[in-house]
Amino acid sequence: MSDEHLKVVSVTGVDVEFHIAGAGSRSYAFVIDWHFRLLLALAWLVIALLILNGGWTLAIPGNPGARYAFIVFLPTLAIYFLYHPIIEVLTRGRTPGKRIAGVRIVTREGDVPSVGALAIRNLFRLVDCLPIFYVVGLVTTLVTEQHVRIGDLAAGTLLVIDHDREGKSLERFEQLARQSHLDPHTADLIDELLQRWKILADDNRRAIAVTLLARIEQSDPKQFQSLPQNELRERLQRALEGKRS
Amino acid sequence: MSAEAGLKNWLSARSSTWQSLANVAQQLQRGRKHRSEEALAAIEGYRSLGRDLSVARRVLPGSRITQGLEALYARLHASIYRAPHNWSADLRALFRDEIPQAARELRPYIVWVTLLFVLSAAAGWWLIRTFPELVSLVASEEMIAKVENGKLWTDDILNVTPSSLLSVRILSNNIAVSIAALCFGVFFGLGTFYLIAMNGLMLGGVFAFTYRHNLAGDLFRFIVAHGVVELSVICLAGAAGMALGASIALPTKATRRESFQRTMFQVGRLVVLCAVLLVGCGFIEGYISPDHDFPMLGRIVIGVGYGIIMLTALTGHLFRRLPI
Repeated sequence: MSDEHLKVVSVTGVDVEFHIAGAGSRSYAFVIDWHFRLLLALAWLVIALLILNGGWTLAIPGNPGARYAFIVFLPTLAIYFLYHPIIEVLTRGRTPGKRIAGVRIVTREGDVPSVGALAIRNLFRLVDCLPIFYVVGLVTTLVTEQHVRIGDLAAGTLLVIDHDREGKSLERFEQLARQSHLDPHTADLIDELLQRWKILADDNRRAIAVTLLARIEQSDPKQFQSLPQNELRERLQRALEGKRS
Repeated sequence: MSAEAGLKNWLSARSSTWQSLANVAQQLQRGRKHRSEEALAAIEGYRSLGRDLSVARRVLPGSRITQGLEALYARLHASIYRAPHNWSADLRALFRDEIPQAARELRPYIVWVTLLFVLSAAAGWWLIRTFPELVSLVASEEMIAKVENGKLWTDDILNVTPSSLLSVRILSNNIAVSIAALCFGVFFGLGTFYLIAMNGLMLGGVFAFTYRHNLAGDLFRFIVAHGVVELSVICLAGAAGMALGASIALPTKATRRESFQRTMFQVGRLVVLCAVLLVGCGFIEGYISPDHDFPMLGRIVIGVGYGIIMLTALTGHLFRRLPI
């Protein structure tokens, strides 16, 4: 995730802030969508061939004719090539891949992009995909300040982080704040650390755990540094739960 | 009351509001048909959420609650500020006003690109007339062999491919070429320049080659019904691409990005008309052009008539309101 932000001035006087998605999030979303469209196109191809052949065979006749072209091949190609423009318009910039990767398309004003903007964004895939494997798009994403490809530049759009889990975090935080005797900020930090315990590197989680324990118990961090990882984790868990009413 | 207790009280007092606002944001994102009370409640909620977010940013910077409120605020903002749109009215405005305006603004580019196309075609004609051995640069081996045997490559096309499929193949290919002519303008207009020049060169070269074998009349007969609009549309798309290139090379806005973006929105409208016209060209080229029984006069009438339709669409007369 990149640290760049898009700030949009709001009439309430409180800016709306978006975290701009970096090349990693964009590529992740693209790869997922690419699999979706490939699978959809293949599914159509197989089902249409089975139906037209009238049996369990995927053989294509030597001279397939217009019937095969219009029922099998053209829809397959249409699914593959029109997946992005159609799904982006229907989902207002949140294709399944973008949803899973936690990103969405917005305009530079933070709004939902118009159909025209989404169409322009998709037209320029022709340039972004040059010479192979979206090299132009990837390079422009890496070198531009707001991590945009040429299609985004033309359409005035950006990809921003939009995790559904942030909605859930509101509920979790409110619950922690109500039940724990720790101050809300510390309780939140401990909870997040415990949730991410397994995916954090050993050194990082130890350093954070020691700092948090020292803050809770108001003592010297050195006294926790020799504790094994499991012990640190249990102590943090106890601090979070044990002080609950 | 300590600051910590005050914070907890504030969180407890506001959490139910945030939860209900999260539900409202979800509903707003799902559809467009909302009652005015729901919209007003969302606007009121958005204002109060702005105040809460301001507090959260100050007292709990970087915490998950601030991030959660940021996300909720951004979603409500996007839903509330979403531009209203009416598909049929937008489409009418596009064809009635916006496309003619884009065509007017692109007029100098259209003139220059058409000139480039004509000059390239003339150059192609001269090149192949002077050096016939270079024909392989502008035509495939199969085309050359057929012409040398006294037949056009289009003569038996309907025996190989049905008209319906031929039309779809041609129209999708033409649309792809037009989109390429537009998009390659991003390389400071050079991509479009080469694409138009190459297309002109090939057309002129192929005509010279068929002329040499007394087949130029047949080729003209094949092209005339669809070619008037098809070639004009390629020039239109090329003009759009050149305008795009000029917007980057010689920006008219504060930055190149803004200039590029503004020009793209302007010329992009023209591409919609180009795509619609090319669909018609595809069907003419699939059903009428290869049909040997179709008379020449009919072909000329279709070609010129379709060309007039294109011109009236570009000037805005085709979709103009009828006087009452």
